[in-house]
Amino acid sequence: MNIFMLGWEFPPFISGGLGTACYGLTRALSDLGHRVIFVLPQTVSTEFTTHVTLRTPAAVKGFIPGVTSYRLDEFDNVEFRSVPSTLKPYGPAGPGGMETVHHTGSTVTSETTDPHAPTTAGVSGSVISTGSKNLNAVAHYDGDMVGETERYAAVAVALARNENFDVVHAHDWMTYPAGIAVAQVYRKPLVVHVHSTEFDRSGEHVNQRIYDIERRGVHMADRVIAVSHFTRNLLLGRYGISPDRVEVVHNAIDTNGKLPLPSTIRRDEKIVLFLGRITMQKGPEYFLQAAKLVLQHEKNVRFVMAGSGDMARGMIELAAELGIGQKVVFTGFLRGDDVDRVYKMADLYVMPSVSEPFGIAPLEALSHDVPVIISKQSGVSEILTHVLKVDFWDTHEMANKIIAVLRHPPLQATLREHGSFEVNRLTWKDAAGGCVQAYGMAMGQYGRKRP
Amino acid sequence: MASVCFYFQVHQPYRLRRYSVFDTDHNYFDDTKNGEICRKVATKCYLPANQCILDMIRVHEGRFRCAYSITGVALDQFATYHPEVLDSFKRLADTGCVEFLAETYYHSLSFLYSREEFNAQIELHQKKMMELFGKKSTVFRNTELIYNNDVARAAHELGYKAVIAEGADHLLGHRSPNFVYHPPGQQISVLLKNYRLSDDIAFRFGNRGWAEWPLSTEKFAGWVNQVNGCGYTVNLFMDYETFGEHQWTDTGIFEFLYHLPGAVMSLPENDFKMPSEVVAAYPPIGEFDAPHLISWADTERDLSAWLGNAMQSNALQELFNLEQAVKAKKDPELLHDWRRLTTSDHFYYMCTKYFADGDVHKYFNPYESPYDSYINFMNVLDNVAARIR
Repeated sequence: MNIFMLGWEFPPFISGGLGTACYGLTRALSDLGHRVIFVLPQTVSTEFTTHVTLRTPAAVKGFIPGVTSYRLDEFDNVEFRSVPSTLKPYGPAGPGGMETVHHTGSTVTSETTDPHAPTTAGVSGSVISTGSKNLNAVAHYDGDMVGETERYAAVAVALARNENFDVVHAHDWMTYPAGIAVAQVYRKPLVVHVHSTEFDRSGEHVNQRIYDIERRGVHMADRVIAVSHFTRNLLLGRYGISPDRVEVVHNAIDTNGKLPLPSTIRRDEKIVLFLGRITMQKGPEYFLQAAKLVLQHEKNVRFVMAGSGDMARGMIELAAELGIGQKVVFTGFLRGDDVDRVYKMADLYVMPSVSEPFGIAPLEALSHDVPVIISKQSGVSEILTHVLKVDFWDTHEMANKIIAVLRHPPLQATLREHGSFEVNRLTWKDAAGGCVQAYGMAMGQYGRKRP
Repeated sequence: MASVCFYFQVHQPYRLRRYSVFDTDHNYFDDTKNGEICRKVATKCYLPANQCILDMIRVHEGRFRCAYSITGVALDQFATYHPEVLDSFKRLADTGCVEFLAETYYHSLSFLYSREEFNAQIELHQKKMMELFGKKSTVFRNTELIYNNDVARAAHELGYKAVIAEGADHLLGHRSPNFVYHPPGQQISVLLKNYRLSDDIAFRFGNRGWAEWPLSTEKFAGWVNQVNGCGYTVNLFMDYETFGEHQWTDTGIFEFLYHLPGAVMSLPENDFKMPSEVVAAYPPIGEFDAPHLISWADTERDLSAWLGNAMQSNALQELFNLEQAVKAKKDPELLHDWRRLTTSDHFYYMCTKYFADGDVHKYFNPYESPYDSYINFMNVLDNVAARIR
């Protein structure tokens, strides 16, 4: 099968689990013999410092000025196209981000400003674009990104003209407009893959424009893939999709059969790790409140918060307010070897997410032999049994469990032993198989819908 | 001639309440939940089943006979939460057709950790039997039928005439569980559970996917009759909660129980015997050699349900490490609390075997996970330790 896949991050350009998921999925699809054209909204730099080893890009074909095309050696059947863009969907976009993007000389024209409008022009006809007129019209924060999604859609449509594909697969809201446009212009079925929703990221304070894009995306799609039952339920409840259109494909992890090296660091202090974006969704304040409670009973413990995000400064202040500033370390955003290193140092990983569609990081922790506490408000808790689970708001219980893990080596040993066994059973191959099944259903439905 | 020997196990643990590391009080047990469960099981099982057995004894004019083993912690909870259950057991005792086996008061694994505590708990249980039913037991059963040659020796030293064990295939080989055996070099008799026929009732009775479903009393009596000539006694040992709780009333389990004696005794050479009568009637025909520990649990018939992972052995070890210090305190309440922690169920809840698959272990587990149960138990144990210091 030929898949036209729209993503927005890919190792090494990741801010969260989505890039990791796209990496695992595309590689497994490639291994299964499917051909993937993967479109990225970012310029590829040569600075490869991630924990995922990427080889040098091979052939660079320039279909479109400004679009880079390359191949990764380990991905036999995956081609990458990247579009210069500044999509930063998970963090507040900085002001003026748009000015740095120049989009000159492309074949993209600006005949229509509505990327969702069905086009009658067909493959060779007009494509969709964003002119500077639009860009100026949109507001500063979400406007930047919403405008970007439209421009990304235009480029994707142009890019798709030279491609041969059976199905369009779009990952998360930033790519939905592009997915819808490509699917409509080239008359192909659309599968959208929901890795997170606006309700996860923003709680009840949803950005209406983003919600609208998400809603439109999941309704226009022929099939919807949710990363968990947690997310599926949210889609049914908040987006009004009919249950028979959504299926669950859980994420996985690449363990490569490698055993983690035992930590050689000798120390008296135990380390409890938070690793993830420091944003509302991830519940960093609950981690600190639990830390405060733990420190009342256990002195030799340090809490490490690895990650960046709009709440990072606030958390530094909160740690100080709680009087535990000297026991909490903020590392900033970690990449590559540093991620490995911090896992190896950790005695325990805690994911206190308020609303976590999936949560790949706990799988990474388990594959590094680190025991894990996760919030029950997460998709990953559906597939893990050998972990400790708490409600994110129950900081007393979180502290109770943190202390238990720190105090009782037999608990750590049992969690590790069974946890690593369990995590090894989760494979991207199974996840890719789930996607292929969804493609098949989307194609079948599409055929019936439009004979 | 085939005898049918029923023994029903009656047990309810004192379940712990959620006890966090931040708790400091000494109220470890979940009175509300324990009371609820006790009353629920009494209504669904103990009271109707006792009535059924009483009726059977009367209808068959004393020719139906059976045995119970009731733990001290179950009896204590009946007294607190539903005294009517005690009265109904007393009525059964008064018929003279029911006997009560000896076991550890707290349904504990003490045999594995402290012979002193093991003996003490059996003695406590015997006192309770005398007090409630006016009889001393002559047959011993260890918690969860945990057994080896040493258990037999210990029971013999305490004066018991017989001990109950699982009829484990790997020890019996081609031999039948339907005879009485003795341990190597010992005089005490061993009664072995016929697990096939026992489990047909206890586990498979209501299973519509089972080839023998529905199980009629005639069919079952036919299987009993097949024993004639190659055995003396069919030992049907099972949890009493089989009736009405594990097998619901609508499976017809009570009707089955009620009509079984008639079906079995339609062959005049068949009868029902209590364990002590089996021992008196049939001499041991050979050796049952159990150098290693066995039990009646799971397919493994070993100790892995209570001692299968590091958490379980750690919790048990830490618990029994406190024994002498707890006793030295001479504080009856502290000792009773500590002893209620020796109940095997606490360690069963920590079992990680099959946990991911969800099965019988999950059904009996009040915790969301074995890890939660370990954490809770260790928090309680920490508090017990603090009371000693």
